[in-house]
Amino acid sequence: MTTSASTNTGTSTDATADTRAGTVTDASADTGAEAATAPAASVAVTAEDAARGRRRRRRRGLSPGKPWPASRLVGPLLLIVLWAAASAAGRLDTGAIPAPWTVLETGANLWTDGTLTTDVLTSLERAAYGFAIGLTAGVTLALASGLTRTGEALIDGTVQLNRAIPTLGLIPLFILWLGIGETFKIAIIAIVVYIPIYLNTHAALSGIDHRFVELAEVQGLSKVQFIRQVVIPGALPGFFVGLRLGVTGSWLGLVVLEQINATSGLGYMMFQAQNYGQSDVILVGLLIYGVFGLLSDTAVRLIERRVLSWRRTLSS
Amino acid sequence: MAPHTEQLIRSSAVQLRGLTRSFEDRTVLDGIDLDIPAGQFVALLGHSGSGKSTLLRAVAHLDHEVVGSGQLTAPERVSVVFQDSRLLPWRRVLDNVLLGLDGKEAEHKGREALAEVGLKGRERAWPNELSGGEAQRAALARSLVREPELLLADEPFGALDALTRIKMHTLLRELWERHRPSVLLVTHDVDEAIVLADRVLVLDHGRIGLDLTIDRPHPRSYRDPLLGEYRERLLAALGVTEDHK
Ligand SMILES: Nc1ncnc2c1ncn2[C@@H]1O[C@H](COP(=O)(O)OP(=O)(O)OP(=O)(O)O)[C@@H](O)[C@H]1O
Ligand SMILES: [Mg+2]
Repeated sequence: MTTSASTNTGTSTDATADTRAGTVTDASADTGAEAATAPAASVAVTAEDAARGRRRRRRRGLSPGKPWPASRLVGPLLLIVLWAAASAAGRLDTGAIPAPWTVLETGANLWTDGTLTTDVLTSLERAAYGFAIGLTAGVTLALASGLTRTGEALIDGTVQLNRAIPTLGLIPLFILWLGIGETFKIAIIAIVVYIPIYLNTHAALSGIDHRFVELAEVQGLSKVQFIRQVVIPGALPGFFVGLRLGVTGSWLGLVVLEQINATSGLGYMMFQAQNYGQSDVILVGLLIYGVFGLLSDTAVRLIERRVLSWRRTLSS
Repeated sequence: MAPHTEQLIRSSAVQLRGLTRSFEDRTVLDGIDLDIPAGQFVALLGHSGSGKSTLLRAVAHLDHEVVGSGQLTAPERVSVVFQDSRLLPWRRVLDNVLLGLDGKEAEHKGREALAEVGLKGRERAWPNELSGGEAQRAALARSLVREPELLLADEPFGALDALTRIKMHTLLRELWERHRPSVLLVTHDVDEAIVLADRVLVLDHGRIGLDLTIDRPHPRSYRDPLLGEYRERLLAALGVTEDHK
C-alpha cells in the first residue's frame, strides 16, 4: 500500500528545468546569453534622473561577460609561446625539456622511419576495442537494469560493487587470468569505460520524471512506445555525460597499461625513451595522447550537440 | 494491482458513487456521489488540500496506488491537461501533440488542433522556445486531438499571468463549444469558475459541499453584477466571509 503517486499541483515545476537538472551542460553558452541581455536592463534610467543630468547609475553585471572566441586555446598557446621563448633564450635544460622544434623534428623522424605509425596504430586499436566493448556493455547493462526490475536486482548491485574496486587494481589478476597479451589490456580498458557509461545511463533511465510517466499513461502509450518515446530520449543527456567520461577513461586506461605492461604501442615507445633519456620522444608520445584525447572529446561533443539539439534552444 | 476496489464502467458521462480515497488513514474523499452529464462544463473549487486533485486523478485513473472504494464510471476517451504544460522537451510541438497517435490522418488533425489554439506555424518549434501561454495552448491541442468525451484539467491556467489567463478562458470556452466534451476543471479561482462553467462544485471535507448551476448566458463578463450573487454563495461555501475580503 504505497502512496508514492504525487499530485499534479505539488510538482508544478517547469518541465524543461527538470530535464536540464542533473546533467552536465555547457555553462559558458548560458552566461553568454545573459551577458548579451545585461546592457539592455541597465538602460532603465528615469526621465527625472536624466533631466537633472545625474550620472547614469549602471547596474553592475554579475556574469563574467561575453565569452571570447576560441578562449580555450589562449592558455595552451601562451604556454607554448613561453616554452619556445625560454628554449630560444637557452634558459631550459635541453636534456630535460627539449625545444618545441626539437620535439616536432623527432616526431617527424619517428614518423618517416615507420616506428611511430606502428606504435600509434597499436595504441589506437587497443583503445578502440576496449572502448567499443565498454560502450556496448555499459549501454546494454544500463538498459537491462534501468527498464526491468529483474535486471536491476541482478545488475545494479554488482556494478556498484565493481565500481568500488579501483579498476587498475585488477591488473595483476587479469594478467594471471588472461596473460600479458592484448586481451587483458582491452578488458581493463573496457571496464574503465563501461562503469561511467552504465552509472550515468542507469541513473538517467531510472530517474525519469514521474510527471512524464503520468503523461504517457494519459496519452495511452504502450510500454514499448513509452520506453522508445519517453524514457530513452529522456535518458540521452545522462548517457552523453557517461560517454564523455568513458572516452576520457579509455585514454587513461591505455596510458597506464602501456606504461607499466607494454611490449608495443605509444606507452612502450615512451618507456623505452625513458631508459635512454630521450625526453623529446617522451614529449612526442604525450603530444599524441593529448591530440587523441582532444579529438575524441570534440567528436563526442559534436555528436551530442546534434543529437540533443533540442537543448541548445535555451542557451543559444 | 490497484488497491481500490471499484470497477471502471465505460459510458459517455461521469458517474461517481460513494467514491472514497485515503492516504495513510486520512480520508481525503469521503463517499463522493457525482453525475456529470455528457457535454457539461463543470468547475471544481475547494481549499488547498481539500482533495480536488485527488478526485480528478481518480476520474483519470491515475491513482493506481491510492487506497479507496466506490463506483466510478467514466468515458472511454479522456484527456488531461495538467498545470504545467508537460510537453516533452525533446519532441517538436507537433510531435508532442501527436504523442501516442500515428498515421497521416492523425498528423493532419494535429496540425488542425494547433491552428485552432493559434499555434499555426509553430509546429516545428521546440517546447523550450514557447512562452508559458503558448506551451499551455499546445497542451490543449494535444488533449483536443484525441477528441475526448471528457476533458479533465487540474488548474491548467494556474501558472499563467492574469492577461494570458483571460485569453485562455475565452479559448477554452470556444473549444468547448466546438467539440462539446464534458469538462471537469479544477481551479482555485472563484471568478474563473463562474465565468467558464455551467456548474460549480465546492469540495469540502471530502464531500461535495455545494453544487451550484450557473444559469447565465455566455460569453460572460467578470463585471456582470448578476454573477456577484453566485460569487457570494461560493465564497461563503469556501468559508470566506465579508471581513476576509
Ligand atoms: N500521494 C500522496 N500521499 C499522501 N498524501 C497525499 C498524496 N496526495 C495527496 N495527499 C494528501 O491529500 C490531500 C488532498 O490533496 P490534493 O492534492 O487532492 O489537494 P488539492 O485540493 O488538489 O489541493 P491544491 O489546491 O493545493 O492543489 C492533501 O492533504 C494531501 O496532503
Ligand atoms: Mg491540486
